[in-house]
Amino acid sequence: MTEQSSQTPRMQVNLVGLSKNDYRGNPSSLCQGCGHNSISSQIIAACFEMNIIPENVVKFSGIGCSSKSPFYFLNRSFGFNGLHGRMPSLATGAMFGNIYLKGIGVSGDGDTASIGMGQFKHIVRRNVPLVYIVENNGVYGLTKGQFSATADEGLELKKQGTNPYLPVDIAWEALVSHATFVARSFAGDPKQVKELIKAALSHNGIAVLDIISPCVTFNNQDTTSHSYSWGREHEVALHDLSFVPYAEEILVDYEDGQIKEVTMHDGSMVILKKLERDHDPKNRAEAMRVLEESNKDCCLITGLIYIDENQPTLFELYNLPDEPLNRLTEDRLRPPRETIDIVNQMMF
Amino acid sequence: MTIDNRANNSGNGKIMEPVINNFNVTVATVNGSGSQTSNLTLMRALFKMGIPVSGKNLFPSNIQGLPTWYTIRINEDGFLARCERQEICVAMNSATLIKDMEGLVEGGVLFFDDSIKIPISRTDIHQYPMPVNKMVRDSNAPTSLRDYLANMVYVGIVANILGIDMNNIYQALEFHFKGKQKPIELNWSMVSNAYDWATGNLHKEDSYFVKPSNKTTGYIMADGNTAAALGALYGGLQFAAWYPITPATSLAETINEFVPVFRKDPISGKNTCVVLQAEDELAAIGMVVGAGWSGLRAMTSTSGPGLSLMVEYVGLAYFSEVPLVIWDIQRIGPSTGLPTRTSQGDLRLAHFMGHGDAKHVILLPGSVTECFEFGWKAFDIAERLQTPVIVLSDLDFGMNQWMTKPFEYPDKPMDRGKVLWEEDLQKMESKWGRYLDLDGDGITYRTLPGNKAPNAAYFARGTGHDEFANYSEQPGDWEKNLLRLGRKIDNNVALLPKPIIKTTNGAKISVISYGSTDMAIEEAMAILLKNGLKIDHLRIRSLPAASETIDFVNDHERNYVVELNRDGQLQQILCLEIRDSSKNLISLSYLDGLPLTAQWVVNQITAKEDEHK
Repeated sequence: MTEQSSQTPRMQVNLVGLSKNDYRGNPSSLCQGCGHNSISSQIIAACFEMNIIPENVVKFSGIGCSSKSPFYFLNRSFGFNGLHGRMPSLATGAMFGNIYLKGIGVSGDGDTASIGMGQFKHIVRRNVPLVYIVENNGVYGLTKGQFSATADEGLELKKQGTNPYLPVDIAWEALVSHATFVARSFAGDPKQVKELIKAALSHNGIAVLDIISPCVTFNNQDTTSHSYSWGREHEVALHDLSFVPYAEEILVDYEDGQIKEVTMHDGSMVILKKLERDHDPKNRAEAMRVLEESNKDCCLITGLIYIDENQPTLFELYNLPDEPLNRLTEDRLRPPRETIDIVNQMMF
Repeated sequence: MTIDNRANNSGNGKIMEPVINNFNVTVATVNGSGSQTSNLTLMRALFKMGIPVSGKNLFPSNIQGLPTWYTIRINEDGFLARCERQEICVAMNSATLIKDMEGLVEGGVLFFDDSIKIPISRTDIHQYPMPVNKMVRDSNAPTSLRDYLANMVYVGIVANILGIDMNNIYQALEFHFKGKQKPIELNWSMVSNAYDWATGNLHKEDSYFVKPSNKTTGYIMADGNTAAALGALYGGLQFAAWYPITPATSLAETINEFVPVFRKDPISGKNTCVVLQAEDELAAIGMVVGAGWSGLRAMTSTSGPGLSLMVEYVGLAYFSEVPLVIWDIQRIGPSTGLPTRTSQGDLRLAHFMGHGDAKHVILLPGSVTECFEFGWKAFDIAERLQTPVIVLSDLDFGMNQWMTKPFEYPDKPMDRGKVLWEEDLQKMESKWGRYLDLDGDGITYRTLPGNKAPNAAYFARGTGHDEFANYSEQPGDWEKNLLRLGRKIDNNVALLPKPIIKTTNGAKISVISYGSTDMAIEEAMAILLKNGLKIDHLRIRSLPAASETIDFVNDHERNYVVELNRDGQLQQILCLEIRDSSKNLISLSYLDGLPLTAQWVVNQITAKEDEHK
């Protein structure tokens, strides 16, 4: 199923000698125009452009439309499609097998904001180095159009009537759970999605990307905040964001005070060009205020909301050997024979 | 033992022949008063005297305040199951004194805290008042420690009256306090003061004595959770996720305690095992499925309520063929049940957990030593079969100290199963598919994340898949895969621990049992044989049933399946697995939450067999 793709000489290859085809997955079975497909394309593009070897990535998902999507990108990466809302625990355990792999988890609003809320908040507070993408469309797609926990209050859907509840804000939940990287984006803004995925892949810790990803079949009316048209009209980018890999020169000149640089753990940089606002993504209180304001003003704030590169990851809390744990052999895992007498002496 | 029934002139108990090394002591205290240290000290001292002994903590689900009992059985012949007969009681709890006193046999012994102002109504027992409060006051010990020290008073007085060697008491204290001089001396001074007080103030009137013996040579004392934890560490455990639950908690805590001791990487000096306290059992099993999938030897430990929460992920692990190990330290259910009482009530759930078709490998350790052995063996089986392995222990094993054979170093190298790394894939002549049965044994080859070969990766999922792990809704793919999953386990039952069979010449009936009831069963068999009943015994150690078990059932007219649950869960499973066996499999179920007694088994089988006379 995952044969190395045959490359034509004309095909563009990246620094690790792979073409974009080497990053593709199976054909998507999601609806035409689904925001999730656009996000999958940006994951492919980001990994290709960052010269990531697909075998060094491991993919996870839960259950739902969004959770099918890891099958549609990076076929040469291992992946595990787990249970509804319980991708975080699956990823936490799996990533201990080889802590040098990059983890990408794809979830949806149904998967993360309902049954998965507990596991979501716990993987966040443990700071597991995982790119955690929530493809947020406010609706249950696979079961045909029920309200999700992120649906707008007052949203009207065929068969369902009017949603009486206030929505869960994924970015806000991530922030209060001490996420070390929180971003919001919009599937209709592919360039920003791609740059944020690159930044997230370089982050040493949990990176939560709450991406509004319209469901063209069940929740794409002009009035819903999860639609393409609403997003296009109401998106307010916090900054113009670009990712600069480690050891690559910054080519564009900016006027003083117009840019903020965030140096990532691996030496790469995120360049934030100032737009209308002067947002400091290292200020958690400011990040909360921005989210609160955007909800009040009914706008879709996008960009890097918060980042803290200085928190230890879960793996750093364990004193683990340099080799991946899943490559250790018996001689390093089973205590030597002579210790059994010590064990028995320790008993009474 | 002979009891002399002549009237006793003193009117204070019966005059009896001395009873040596064959009686039961119950200590009645208040939960949370620190009596566990005192009880363990008595029991360990007896063990060090060479006398076979067991201790069972019959405690409430409570931190402090409710009555609790500790029963110590002393038996020269090594029959150490719980025994309903109570010869000696140490009464430290006024709330239960009357009941405790009433439970004593004629000629029995009552040690009691002399501050309890309840009239002693029985005249056929021996009484020893203990000045607990006065001795604690006189000790000048810090107030915070006085409750604990109060319990050391009975250690000294009981030791004096029964003849427990004080050197062995000291050894037991040294062990308990891990050689820390201050607590050892503090407790020791109370014990020895109490001992001396008894010498000067009490006169031995009863007939119960302990005498040094040599019957504990070649044994250790340990609990099942410690054994399981150590066994897992010797099995190369690399990842344990868990959530606190009685009576499983100490298993994970023990793993955590011993990782730095036994699991330092010989090359880097770093830890080769991760222990993670999850937010709940849903997450614990999710982490373990992830870790098992990524190639780590992964396990979780829990009890019934936790196992219920794990059902869905275990079903996924079965279907996506992820090796992992679950230790279920059973307590009595359903629901919250009695969290501090023992049971074998999770067998049916564990064997079949998951929606759709599922049948899991179950291991059933029958001693604390076997808890160690299955601790490592479970990983070999799980990785060989690429499936969850559920080990069923229980509260009685998990939280009580047992006299048991020393733990033995694994007698074979680890079996990591069919795993392909880069060079293996390169060498393969045929095309590899994650679910392609190349060897015809139902077990396919797996690859692990981090494998750099471009054809190594696959997408694991709970949805239908073909032999190459691609999504498939083809009816044929589904059926073929599910049939292979069944075959994978059924055809490899020989890999599982075989039953232990004990036969008596000419026996036509049998007892089938498993787990912690073994000591009661052994004792019952000895009594029944003395009574003229010839019975064979099979102790089942794994499911699905071995061919030996099937033959054994068929070879007996009546098989009594003894277990600690209402529905006779093992009996039901054997009826399903062995054709036309429902008539010769008879369920004997014991379900009050206490450990099984031999007498109950004797009574049940005798009554049932009388029906056939």
